[in-house]
Amino acid sequence: MEKQWLEGLRRTVDRVLPIPYYQERFRKLGIHQAEDIHTLRDFQKLPLTTKEDLRQNYPFGLFAEPMENIVRLHASSGTTGKPTVVGYTKRDIKLWSKIVADELRRAGVTPKDVVQIAYGYGLFTGGMGLHYGCEELGAVVVPISGGNTARQLMLMRDFGTTVLACTPSYALYLAESLEESGISREELKLRIGVFGAEPWTEGMREQIEARLGIKAYDIYGLSETMGPGVAMECPAHDGLHIDEHFYPEVLGPDGNPVAEGIQGELVITSLDKEGFPVLRYRTKDLTTLHYGACSCGHTGWKMERVSARVDDMLIIRGVNVFPSQVEEAILSIGGFEPHYLLIVERTGNLDQLEVQVEINDTSFFDEVRELEGRQERLQRKIEEILGISIRLRLVEPKSIPRSEGKAVRVIDKRR
Amino acid sequence: MLQLSIFLENAKGRLAEVVSLLAELKVNLRALSLADTKDFGVLRIIVDDPELTTEKLRERKVVVSLTHVWVLKVPDRTGGLAEVLNQLVKHDVVIEYMYAFVEKENEQARVVIRAQDQAVMEKAMRELNLPLV
Repeated sequence: MEKQWLEGLRRTVDRVLPIPYYQERFRKLGIHQAEDIHTLRDFQKLPLTTKEDLRQNYPFGLFAEPMENIVRLHASSGTTGKPTVVGYTKRDIKLWSKIVADELRRAGVTPKDVVQIAYGYGLFTGGMGLHYGCEELGAVVVPISGGNTARQLMLMRDFGTTVLACTPSYALYLAESLEESGISREELKLRIGVFGAEPWTEGMREQIEARLGIKAYDIYGLSETMGPGVAMECPAHDGLHIDEHFYPEVLGPDGNPVAEGIQGELVITSLDKEGFPVLRYRTKDLTTLHYGACSCGHTGWKMERVSARVDDMLIIRGVNVFPSQVEEAILSIGGFEPHYLLIVERTGNLDQLEVQVEINDTSFFDEVRELEGRQERLQRKIEEILGISIRLRLVEPKSIPRSEGKAVRVIDKRR
Repeated sequence: MLQLSIFLENAKGRLAEVVSLLAELKVNLRALSLADTKDFGVLRIIVDDPELTTEKLRERKVVVSLTHVWVLKVPDRTGGLAEVLNQLVKHDVVIEYMYAFVEKENEQARVVIRAQDQAVMEKAMRELNLPLV
């Protein structure tokens, strides 16, 4: 396998060599041509690429093809500073479509399926990525994009939607809205969900599967590495298969690659992209890699579901806290809704974390003692998982804003 | 009898909002009690049609639960309540919470009792033959 990977990696090195930004960085390392890379170890000496590198070369500085060969641009939302822009050739789009189609097929999607794409369309890769993949597969595409929940549910019923693609938080919101919409589950033909673009827990999968009565699959990708489809789960639900057109590494806290089976930051190199080949891109997503055969029959790299994003990490009184840990705690206790919000404040010199969790008819109890007991159990569980003391506030249903795309889980008032 | 318990977030004006909503739904509150903790409150009410009211409140996103309570007539004189409670204690009834109200037609006192053990309370009520509402 190493030989095949090296061939792909050299191809990407060859493609980026003419770009001045890379050329300069390579020259410092004594690399003048792809042939200077003999082993994977050599490859790991190459510089990492970060979002900051993309920003410095805004907008098209890291493209490896002239603009006449580029047929599409996507960009990631830059919450701070400039967005990161990526470009695709015709062949890139074809490859991307094929990758997504193969993955959907593995999850059981067929040309007979009606796929409702409730990911946002536009510069974000989610909508278009799934769209082209589904068309390549031959399924019926409903390009509804995100939002307008009542209409989503109406069309889901009227069009006989069988596959839903969106963020997991929006899927949960749709499930909740369905329960109140007057449309019964029996009127829907929904059977598969393809969810991604934000970290979610196994408990969240169970919730969504139970409430929507579907099989839910995790899909992974980010615009800098292509978009959705870099990896996706198979029916074994035992990690996400990384597509063979990508080479993964995981970095430890010191920035050096760690062995298989150890958690760290995922780094992706594309092996076949033309327009925007990406070399050792730091995804800021935390995961663990495994290589081997899956019970589904496929052999290759697998990554565990992304447990958290480095960017989502909060440092509270010196402890690293991830919003997904709160989700894990809520779902492991049961009875409470996985709608939550973390509010960080600084009073005096001390950081305070308030966690708001929505109460529902099952978790609410008439006897104050019992209710306080439940609140205390949840609080203890969250504190146990986070390793810091928190203030837990039970809030009324729907008081935490719902999202139609990526959910907002944190309000950090320290900034 | 069924009592409605309503979860109240600890937010300014929330109680007034819920009570206004009940007025809007034309619900007549026969009795009311408010339990509060440092983080939230529980509003307990006795109304004429608890099931229908619950349904309407849930439609409006209010968290409600229905609880079995006992509403007893109490002699409206000094020591009236003590008499009733002492009898219940003798029959091993443990009271979780209790609140009282006055029925306006005949100015009679009533107490709402939530017993810790429903079966024990039932047995006590049978044996004591206390006047129920």
